[in-house]
Amino acid sequence: MMQFMLLFSRQGKLRLQKWYVAHPDKLKKKITRELITMILARKPKMCSFLEWKDLKIVYKRYASLYFCCCIEKDDNELLTLEVIHRYVELLDKYFGNVCELDIIFNFEKAYFMLDELLIGGEVQETSKKNVLKAIAAQDLLQEDDAIDMALSEYGLT
Amino acid sequence: MPAVKGDGMRGLAVFISDIRNCKSKEQEVKRINKELANIRSKFKEARCWTVVVICDKEKPDRCLTNLVRTVLIIVSDGEAHDSGRLKAHFVCQNCNRFGQSFEEYFIGSNQGQSIVIANTSVVDQGVFSGTASVVILDLGYLFISVLVSATSDLMKLVIMSVKNDLTSRNPVHINLALQCIANIGSREMADAFGNDIPKLLVSGDTIDSVKQSAALCLLKLIRSSADIFTVLYTDLQDYTYYFVPAPWLSVKLLRLLQNYPPPDDATVKNRLSECLETILNKAQEPPKSKKVQHSNARNAVLFEAINLIIHADAEPNLLVRACNQLGQFLQHRETNLRYLALESMCLLATSEFSHEAVKKHQETVITALKTERDVSVRQRAVDLLYAMCDRSNAEEIVSEMLSYLETADYSIREEMVLKVAILAEKYAVDYTWYVDTILNLIRIAGDYVSEEVWYRVIQIVINREDVQGYAAKTVFEALQAPACHENMVKVGGYILGEFGNLIAGDPRSRLVGNDSSNMVLGRQWDLERGEDSPVVQFQLLHSKFHLCSVPTRQLLLSTYIKFINLFPEMKQQITEVLHNENSVRNADVELQQRAVEYLQLSNVASTDVLATVLEEMPPFPERESSILAKLKKKRPDKLKHSMEPKEYKLSNAVVSSETTNAVPSVNSPSKTAVPNLLSLSGSSQSASNPAPVSNTGILIDVLGGLGGELSTDGPVSQPAASTAAPATNGLAAIGVPPVANPLLDTSASLLGVEDKSTKYLGVQQKISSKLPVTINKFIEPTDMDAQTFFMRWKILNSANQECQKIVTAKQTMDTEDVKKRLLGFGVGLLEGVDPNLENMVSAGIVHTRSSQIGILLRLEPNKQANLYRLTIRSSKADMATVLVNLLEHQL
Repeated sequence: MMQFMLLFSRQGKLRLQKWYVAHPDKLKKKITRELITMILARKPKMCSFLEWKDLKIVYKRYASLYFCCCIEKDDNELLTLEVIHRYVELLDKYFGNVCELDIIFNFEKAYFMLDELLIGGEVQETSKKNVLKAIAAQDLLQEDDAIDMALSEYGLT
Repeated sequence: MPAVKGDGMRGLAVFISDIRNCKSKEQEVKRINKELANIRSKFKEARCWTVVVICDKEKPDRCLTNLVRTVLIIVSDGEAHDSGRLKAHFVCQNCNRFGQSFEEYFIGSNQGQSIVIANTSVVDQGVFSGTASVVILDLGYLFISVLVSATSDLMKLVIMSVKNDLTSRNPVHINLALQCIANIGSREMADAFGNDIPKLLVSGDTIDSVKQSAALCLLKLIRSSADIFTVLYTDLQDYTYYFVPAPWLSVKLLRLLQNYPPPDDATVKNRLSECLETILNKAQEPPKSKKVQHSNARNAVLFEAINLIIHADAEPNLLVRACNQLGQFLQHRETNLRYLALESMCLLATSEFSHEAVKKHQETVITALKTERDVSVRQRAVDLLYAMCDRSNAEEIVSEMLSYLETADYSIREEMVLKVAILAEKYAVDYTWYVDTILNLIRIAGDYVSEEVWYRVIQIVINREDVQGYAAKTVFEALQAPACHENMVKVGGYILGEFGNLIAGDPRSRLVGNDSSNMVLGRQWDLERGEDSPVVQFQLLHSKFHLCSVPTRQLLLSTYIKFINLFPEMKQQITEVLHNENSVRNADVELQQRAVEYLQLSNVASTDVLATVLEEMPPFPERESSILAKLKKKRPDKLKHSMEPKEYKLSNAVVSSETTNAVPSVNSPSKTAVPNLLSLSGSSQSASNPAPVSNTGILIDVLGGLGGELSTDGPVSQPAASTAAPATNGLAAIGVPPVANPLLDTSASLLGVEDKSTKYLGVQQKISSKLPVTINKFIEPTDMDAQTFFMRWKILNSANQECQKIVTAKQTMDTEDVKKRLLGFGVGLLEGVDPNLENMVSAGIVHTRSSQIGILLRLEPNKQANLYRLTIRSSKADMATVLVNLLEHQL
């Protein structure tokens, strides 16, 4: 099971975090700090897998963003790399040539997308099409809401 | 034009009851023919059922139901007149069989035209499923599956309408269509729906019940025409990831299989290994894409398959193949793959089948260790080297690891040191090599050598005579280096204190051992160079004294006092050092105490007393290597398989070589002196805590450590046995012939101790042991909860199984003390079993050669009266009495 997923920039700024195990905030901060420094210190050609406590860290860098997953020791590292890649593909497809700013300004979409891909730390849907379909449906719902809200603002409902 | 008179259902009921009431076969046939004629006439009137339905607008469903059911009844009769009393629903269930004959029946008799038309109309109803009620649809499908044979021309029509229903939004319609497909299950169906059903199965829109039906329907179709569905998987385009079909699912499934024991059924097993082989083969194929995602996904499946192969650990050829394929990854340009290959190989190395195959890659792994740029990969390489090490390649691997250690990353040094130490010990054939290795280790990475490592080297040197002289010489040389690690000083101090005489040409060296080649060497060297005379040894050690930490200095003081014993001529010089202000007035209490006490000892005691007190340390009882324990603690998960020593040759050899002092003597003036420093529970514990029961514990440990089975012969009645023992040669001689019915002799507290192997290293060993060895030494504590305890307690209720005694306390009744005594007695304490907290409850098993006897114990102290009530129950009669008699003296 995936324990958590972190997205951070080369400058060490945390962009996204998703925890599948419960930790107090203080511990989360500590873990995040520890991992960010650990991973940023690594050179590009180094191996993407790390042993950390009794867990494994799988990370990959895409442009200026680091994607970092923490998995249990029974989990498959290579496949976790591909989970990351699939997530990046999804972001890319949705935002169209995704960049760090997209994630900063539309972080909720990024979270939605992650929720469609992973659930409770396990992969739930790997089909790109299905995930995007679900997201599109969500967007549609939101749009309807937006119209309703706009209408109600003017007292038209 | 009403199609059916009155209530439609009544017509059917009348028909059925009529048939039932028929007295003879002829009557039955007559009735059926009448009904058929009736139906035919209706068909003539109405041409087709649609008309019937349309005509009877009020109850169209019922009309149709009734008609069809009537026909079905007839069908059943047409099939078998004898069982003409079949009920309608039974017919519905037994479908296809009748369908065929029905058509033949009608078509064959040239009367079936109308029925075929009727069929068509039912199918038509299906086509209009949007408007038709579910009942009609249901009947339509029932009719098709019952009455239409798979080869019928109608099938095309049927397929059309089924196709329509499959795309319907109403789940009931879809389910009906699926049922129909499954019921017919023909090749045509498979052809027509091979693509649609999987889509239903994976689509997000379908509800669960539909998915369930779709899955089952697919199963039926796959069973009947599997060849069509081989292409099916490629249809799951959405789940193909960079040309790898559903990697996530594959990995999950392989992972799932690892949670189960390997299958026992031969066919399942073969199937599984076929699958695994296919995966291995696929991984060998040229990649379909250059993208890293493709290879990652493919290799993810491969690694998971290899994990499963390792998990099963039963197929030598698969294991070796896995190993070879991983070997290719060892030089792959992807760091990730190299890392994972090393990691998986670690596991493969633990399997007996693939161990040799892994060893083939030794060179590559060593190169990886040296050239790899990523420390985490190097770490994996170290792990693998450790795992692949065995007696044949130990020397090479250890030397490679040592040479790498000089430049190794700080983060992995400590672990490497532990590993080198363990390997050196585990696979040492020649102990001089072992000593060299460990001293090298201390020299190269002294800071990372934990206490356990140097404790261990001392234990081994003490326990093995043949290496003592060599060790003394080597540490002496090592200490001559200008900069020398404190750990080296510790080892040097200890070893020279014990065996410094061996390299000083001391005449006492003759006392030790018969294999004296090392000693001869040492002495020659001594004569040639004359540099390791006692004075030089002492000066060398003392030159480091001031640079060392307090614990090391404490140890050195002990070495000095030992020197006084070894080299009486140096007494003057050493007393001076001890007398030094810096020693006797040292701020550190321990140092000061040692200095003062040693000084006093050297002044007061005669040479004989001194020689006894400062005698050579007795061999250490053999236990699990403390280094291994430490490594285990450090990496609990990794060690489950790979780190367990495969053999412990050392443990036998070590103890056997020097057993004359099996029972430790307290040979140190201060209880915190040398033995405690080594933190071995054995000797120091018994010295400082003279509980009556634990004294013999060491003996048992030592005997147990001898590797032979320690078994009881039963209690022995003659106390004379103990005096007879030392006179004989081997351990076996201690064994005293068992008494006829030993357990009945309650006064017996002695046991024969027998060891099956009396010779070690070809020499008979003499053991002077302290008897009695009482029966409680063979108790193994057991753990149980309150419920089990009282259940067993109640079972052991016959008179001679229980022994109860009121015992006057001879020692303190402090709860903790009593608990200690019970533990010392050999029974485990069970917490929270007895409702009264004061009471103590224990359970154990007495192991004897012939049987295992369970015992339960309850001790109820009465502090006011200074009394205990002791109750023991045992599964074998009279064992309780024996134990009560033994234990009462301890309380």
